[in-house]
Amino acid sequence: MTDKPTLAVWKFASCDGCQLTLLDCEDELRAVTEAVTIASFPEASRAVLDGPYDLSLVEGSITTPADRARIQAVRQQSRTLVAIGACATAGGIQALRNFADVQALLETVYARPEDISTLATSTPIADHVTVDFELRGCPISKTQLLEVITAVLAGRKPNVWPSSVCLECKARGTPCIMVAHGTPCLGPVTQAGCGAICPAYGRGCYGCYGPMETPNTAALVDWLRGLGMAEAAIQRLFRTYNAAAPDFRQAGDRLGEGRHG
Amino acid sequence: MAAGRRRVFPTLRARLPWPDCTGPIPLAMDRTDMTQTGSTGVIDRDALQALFDAVIARGYVPVGPTVRDGALVLDELTGVADLPAGWTEDQEAGTYRLRRRDDAALFGFTTGPQAWKPYLFPPKTKLWAAEATRDGGWAIHNTPDDAPDDTRPFAFIGVRPCDLHAIQVQDRVFLDPRHPDPLYAGRRERALVIVVQCGQAAATCFCASMDTGPRAESGYDLALTEVLEGDAHTFVADAGSAVGRSLLAEVPHDEAGADHLAAAAACTQRARDQMGRRIDTAGLPDLLSAAYDSDRWDALGRRCLACGNCTMVCPTCFCSRVEDVTDLTGDHAERWRAWDSCYTLDFSYIHGGSVRRTIGARYRHWLVHKLSTWHDQFGTSGCVGCGRCITWCPVGIDLTAEVPLIRDRGSKA
Ligand code: SF4
Ligand code: SF4
Ligand code: SF4
Repeated sequence: MTDKPTLAVWKFASCDGCQLTLLDCEDELRAVTEAVTIASFPEASRAVLDGPYDLSLVEGSITTPADRARIQAVRQQSRTLVAIGACATAGGIQALRNFADVQALLETVYARPEDISTLATSTPIADHVTVDFELRGCPISKTQLLEVITAVLAGRKPNVWPSSVCLECKARGTPCIMVAHGTPCLGPVTQAGCGAICPAYGRGCYGCYGPMETPNTAALVDWLRGLGMAEAAIQRLFRTYNAAAPDFRQAGDRLGEGRHG
Repeated sequence: MAAGRRRVFPTLRARLPWPDCTGPIPLAMDRTDMTQTGSTGVIDRDALQALFDAVIARGYVPVGPTVRDGALVLDELTGVADLPAGWTEDQEAGTYRLRRRDDAALFGFTTGPQAWKPYLFPPKTKLWAAEATRDGGWAIHNTPDDAPDDTRPFAFIGVRPCDLHAIQVQDRVFLDPRHPDPLYAGRRERALVIVVQCGQAAATCFCASMDTGPRAESGYDLALTEVLEGDAHTFVADAGSAVGRSLLAEVPHDEAGADHLAAAAACTQRARDQMGRRIDTAGLPDLLSAAYDSDRWDALGRRCLACGNCTMVCPTCFCSRVEDVTDLTGDHAERWRAWDSCYTLDFSYIHGGSVRRTIGARYRHWLVHKLSTWHDQFGTSGCVGCGRCITWCPVGIDLTAEVPLIRDRGSKA
């Protein structure tokens, strides 16, 4: 047991959905536990082994001064650190605060805002420490999670591609819903990995996996305008789980300027 | 940019060790034999199921057009009832809409979102698997068990002339005698090809200018022309191979008279007249090779999403990547082949980075390959004028609009 690599799972500001993907591995979970020693995974067990850890999976974004310090400690104890999910790789849905006045929000929401210790922004792990690999998604894909763990153990590059959702959409044989129905879709500017689930069910891509490698958001925005979408509605498309990912943030900001200017 | 600084794509033609690359490839599976008599007939609409029955009785899985997801897609069919009776479509750059016809035509449309490519060159295929051996080596299994390919013979029903040409273009890629692809070869060899000649053209079609349609003259087992005149609904059939002739013999049909053949020819003419787009191919390969520094590429780079849809839907695009996967134990490995696109950064990644970093450079690579360097490589155009890349580009980029712009700039330079 001791000669197996150790795995630790860490949680910052997040919903737990991504780390639960690990438990969701059901069929493969035994293989995972045979390949690694799960040293720290509070969602699965209260038993925690001391670090350092060979592989840390970090979920969640940095939103408090305490977490800003804690991520440094996690990094120090981790040989390989993989950020998992939209929160850890882009700041998550809670990064909508980055576009608002946090003090005003605190005063609206909490009876005693002075008891809340929070940062003005929600930021991804890579803004604070060196991240060895960012696994995208809201939530992450189980297949990709297993692939990343396997690749880390084998010392190889994971088969995780930064190209568009459209490539997966076409590989599964879905006729483009933007072309065939006029449904707005973020697929062309979003990174693949989900298997293009939403277009297969007639829904436009929500951008859960964040910007693809070279996202041309301006060209997509022009086309969406042509489809008759209002500026605010287009902005809302970009302001979800990956709102603070630089390419989506800029797209949203540009739309904001257009609306007021 | 001064002419002297213009970069020209190197021509491969002189170096190809395959001297007759501009001629037809001798294909084992080209069963076409147009010399036989008794190879035409007229099948009534109500007898068309007999053709499906004959095809199924021979062990083929019929694949053809059907309505799904708001489009006319290709799928496995059980019979005539699955065909899209009374449906058609409107296509424009970046737009496709299904629409009802005012008749009950079974093939009253043109090309759908995807051609036959997935049936001959599937999006993802396992090539082989390997197990770690006790002595520290690897045992590779590439038996059919480990690399299961769909070995069912398909009957392609409703192949459009442009798509038939596209299959022949891919034949040159995958069946080059120097390095034939066994998976493609098997699927192609097993496939039965039933063409349905076009009786109409979409606004995005330009096969006439690419010399690939709207009528196929050879390369099929059977070709049908759907004729609707008053209450009559018939298919003028032309058998192009021994299999096609024997199929026709099994299906109730009448002799095709001069009037039937004239009606079929009129259908072709109608499609030709409706052809919505064209490309002037005169001197195009050289023109595009010399257009490396055209300012159009930057303009396209601003519009193009690099999403790769055009390459996925193109019936001739053949690029794939190879993925090696291992499992958690590290004792089992597999090699997969998956469709790839020249619009990704990874596609041109070599040591130190990607060669085609800008989107404009990637569009240029795609267009110049399709219409220019493809000739050097395979002795044919890489574009058959099906119009799919125009319709299915999510932002409506249209190569037939871009080529004249590049041509104009070139002549002014
Ligand atoms: S439906 Fe969306 S993901 Fe699929 S091809 Fe169209 S734009 Fe791309
Ligand atoms: S380049 Fe476009 S029009 Fe030409 S064959 Fe490919 S998809 Fe069809
Ligand atoms: S030309 Fe259109 S379909 Fe092709 S990569 Fe660009 S945006 Fe996508």
